[in-house]
Amino acid sequence: MRNIMYAAVGLMMTTATAMAAGTPYHEGSATIIEPTDERNPLAEVVSGIDFRKSMIREMQEDEFSNPGMIVVDYGAEIWEQVDGTAGKSLSDVWESCAGMDAATAAVSYPRYHDGAGKVISLEQQINYCRETAMGAEPYKWEKADMLGMTAFIRYQGNGEAINVSIDGPAAATYERGKELYYQRVGQLDMSCAHCHEDNYGNYIRADMLSQGHINGFPTYRVKWNGVGSTHRRFRGCNGNIRATKLAYGHEDYVALELYLAWRGNGLTVETPAVRQ
Amino acid sequence: MRIGVALIAGAMAFSMSAHADTKFVKEDGLVSYMITDSMAINKSLTGAAGDAANGRKLAINRKKGNCLACHVMPIAEQQFHGETAPSLYGVATRLSEGELRMQIVNAKVTNEDTMMPSFYRTTGYNRPDKKFIGKTILSAQEVEDVVAYLMTLDKDE
Repeated sequence: MRNIMYAAVGLMMTTATAMAAGTPYHEGSATIIEPTDERNPLAEVVSGIDFRKSMIREMQEDEFSNPGMIVVDYGAEIWEQVDGTAGKSLSDVWESCAGMDAATAAVSYPRYHDGAGKVISLEQQINYCRETAMGAEPYKWEKADMLGMTAFIRYQGNGEAINVSIDGPAAATYERGKELYYQRVGQLDMSCAHCHEDNYGNYIRADMLSQGHINGFPTYRVKWNGVGSTHRRFRGCNGNIRATKLAYGHEDYVALELYLAWRGNGLTVETPAVRQ
Repeated sequence: MRIGVALIAGAMAFSMSAHADTKFVKEDGLVSYMITDSMAINKSLTGAAGDAANGRKLAINRKKGNCLACHVMPIAEQQFHGETAPSLYGVATRLSEGELRMQIVNAKVTNEDTMMPSFYRTTGYNRPDKKFIGKTILSAQEVEDVVAYLMTLDKDE
C-alpha cells in the first residue's frame, strides 16, 4: 500500500507544479535565507510574500498602492501626540521606557522586558509605556490606535532583519511557544506544523501555504478590508481548525508569537505587508 | 501500522473482542465499530448503504468532508483542489471499502502523524471550539455516503 501511496504523491506533485506557477517560491526567484540559529527546524527561511502571486506582491511593494500605509501614517501622527497625566507623547518616553529606539524595537519583539518582568509583545510594550511613563490609558488591542502605533514602530525597521532573542529570561516562553506550535488543536486536530512546516508551498484548496512567518505584521488583508495583528491572525487560524480562540494578548499567543518570530529571524521586516 | 491504536487508546474505550484480531471502539453517543487486524472497518456504521451522489457533495462541502482542501479528485467543476495529501484518483483500486471507512472515521489509527482530521470521533481533542464539543465532523450516514463515493473512484488521472 505504501508504494502505491508514494506513486500517488508523485502524481500529485506534477499537478502541484502546474498549479503553483506565478509565485516566486515556485519560480525560483524567492529570497531564501538560511536559518540564523541551528535550533531552527526549517532548512530554508522564506517570507510569506514569496508564496503570493504578483497582484498581492505589487500591492505590498508599491507604497502608494499599499493600503496599510494609511495605518502607518496614522501611527506617525499619534506617536507625537501628547496624551496622559505626564504631558508626554510616546515619542518622548519610548527610548527610556522600552530601552531601545523604535527601529530596534521593530526587529526585537516579543521580548523579555525587565519592567514588565516577562516576555511581552510590541502591543504590550506600548501599553506599558503609556501607563507607566505617560500616565495614559492603555490602548485596546486591535483598535485603530494600537494598530497604528504598532504599524508605525514596525515600519521604522522596515527592511531590517528580525532578531528576537529566545535565550536567558525568554527561554521558558520560547519553549511554551514551541510546544504550542506542534500541538494539535481543534476538532480538525491539526498543529501549525502540519501546514506551515510540512506543507509550505503546497495548496490547501485555493490557498498556497506559506511558512507562517510574521515579519509583515501588522498586515493589510484584503479579506479583512483592513490591517490586523498577529493575534488576530492566530484567532482566524484557530477558528478555521475549530479550536477555541484565545483572547488578544493571551500569554500563549505571546509565546507562539515569540516562537514564530524566532523561526523567521533573519527575514526583513515587511510591515505593512499585504495578503489576500 | 498498529502503534496508532495504542496511542489513541487513552482517549477512547478499546476492548478486546471475542476475536483476538479485532478492536472494538465505542464513544459516547456514537455508533460503535470494530477495527480488524488489517486496519479496516468492514461493516457499515449504519447498516445501510451509502449514497455516492451525496458523498460527492460532502467531499466538496467546506463545512463537511472538504476532501478537496487537501486531495486532488475527479471533480472537474471545482477549480481548486488541495495538494497536501495523496490524489484520490483511483483510490478504490488501492484501498478496500473497509480501509476507506477506517481512513474517514479515524485515519490516525493507521498513521499517528497524519494531518487528516478524524471525521467520526469526539474524544481526545485539545481546545476544541465549544460549538463542536461532543460532535463529529460527519454523521455515521455521511461517513457511509463518502465511502460509497470513494468506492466509485476506480480510474487513474
